[in-house]
Amino acid sequence: MIVAKRKPFKEINNMLKDYQKVLNVGCGTCVAVCLAGGEKEVDVLNAELDMARMLEDNPVELGGRTVERQCDREYLAELDDVVKDFDAILSMACGVGIQFLAERFPNIPVFPAVDTSGLAVNQGVGWYEERCRSCSNCVLGLTGGICPVTMCAKGLYNGPCGGTNLGSCEIDAEQPCAWYQIYERLERQGRLDCILEITPAVDWHNQVPRTLVQPGYKKSDRKLK
Amino acid sequence: MKSGSNLEKVLRAGHFAFTAELDPPRGTSAGEVRAKASYLKGNVDAVNITDNQSSVVRMSSWAASLILLQEGLEPNFQMVCRDRNRLAMQADILGAYAHGIRNMLCLSGDHQQFGDHPTTKGVFDIDSMQLISMVKGMRDEGKFMSGGHIEEPPRIFIGAAANPSAEPFNWRVYRLAKKVNAGVDFIQTQCIYNMDKFRKWIKQANDMGLTEKVYILAGVTPMKSVSMARQIKDEVPGMDVPDEIITRLQGVGEGKVADEGIKIACEQIEEFKEMEGVAGVHLMAIEWEHKVPQIAEMAKVLPRPRVD
Repeated sequence: MIVAKRKPFKEINNMLKDYQKVLNVGCGTCVAVCLAGGEKEVDVLNAELDMARMLEDNPVELGGRTVERQCDREYLAELDDVVKDFDAILSMACGVGIQFLAERFPNIPVFPAVDTSGLAVNQGVGWYEERCRSCSNCVLGLTGGICPVTMCAKGLYNGPCGGTNLGSCEIDAEQPCAWYQIYERLERQGRLDCILEITPAVDWHNQVPRTLVQPGYKKSDRKLK
Repeated sequence: MKSGSNLEKVLRAGHFAFTAELDPPRGTSAGEVRAKASYLKGNVDAVNITDNQSSVVRMSSWAASLILLQEGLEPNFQMVCRDRNRLAMQADILGAYAHGIRNMLCLSGDHQQFGDHPTTKGVFDIDSMQLISMVKGMRDEGKFMSGGHIEEPPRIFIGAAANPSAEPFNWRVYRLAKKVNAGVDFIQTQCIYNMDKFRKWIKQANDMGLTEKVYILAGVTPMKSVSMARQIKDEVPGMDVPDEIITRLQGVGEGKVADEGIKIACEQIEEFKEMEGVAGVHLMAIEWEHKVPQIAEMAKVLPRPRVD
């Protein structure tokens, strides 16, 4: 899932200081699961903002709504009649949701309440680890199911580099060397031949905004509202 | 002859090569580069000019390389993948060659986190293996990575690194084989202290026929002090410093450690000269360029051969 971390309160509070009516919009999917921007977090943040603004003698009128997914037009539609009462929107969704919200309500300033940090797995309660950089060029079949783009600090396709350190990465003893792990796993599977050949320079597909249209579907001529 | 560089000529003629290292300054002083170069002139076949080593900003490798050319020394222009994308790399290779640079060392580069700009964006558009392939393609096929034609291709003698000490040890020789397949001409190894491990690695390379296809320069760094030895052992990733070395340095008493470090390095060099598959030594006397003449003398690698 997509994981995110709430921004420091000071930063959020500062972004909103000139607005007196703010709608805080949570997202009920990824950021809710990773405890960053779901319904509960909307309530907590609103309580903090309310308190801080009162203490600053700059009271704010806060609204709170959490939609199922901010990356889906269908769910944003339920905000259409709500936003008119506010002069700013705070979004607790990932970067995708924040932008989609801003696109839907172009006349109202939209501010991010979280920093989106990637595509991650859940390792424990409140503990997430990145696993994918969505490069559009998956090599996991060759690398034993371990992503060299994400898990190698240099994103090397032909590792390990000189920084491999007894199974750890040079950047941190706690961080495993991805290429050490790739080697170990492929060796165990008897598949070292997968990495004997040089992987040629990659065609970076994630340098422009990507659009995905699944087979059998097509882009709509107009953007539905 | 692939490049006609002095290093290539010396190696092709079967001489035991001896190369050194020079770190460009953290400033604009050409004088500093010239001063360091003065200790190396006549004592080495080529000089590796580091490229923002340890991810710290310094005078660029190609620029310091040009100063070396002016001084009558042959540079190994080092290029890391951390700071440039494939456009900038190819552009620099063309320019470097146009100015007379004939050797390159192709590296991934230390992670940016260790340097003076730890929050910069590491580029790593391509990795060291792909960089080797790219330079070979430019030289032998006259083509850019894109396939585009190069007018007067750069004839570069292609170098790369290998670390025989790092884990997983069994993969090390295969990684060397990959670099050979990518098109590397010479290898500078990481500093060697564990000679037993190195012998195993070079034997594997010999057995796989790799040393017939690539010249291996064994990396030697003399220890200046016991603390340096400990630091390399404990803090430099992938390094293997046996306890005997530290014990030996400790045993000689104050004021004599540096000399003992040089003595150990010279003993290593003597061993490398006799070792099948080793074509020379790359001396990395870190910030110790002025000691190179003495080490070269003691290691009996002088005078350096002249090959036309």
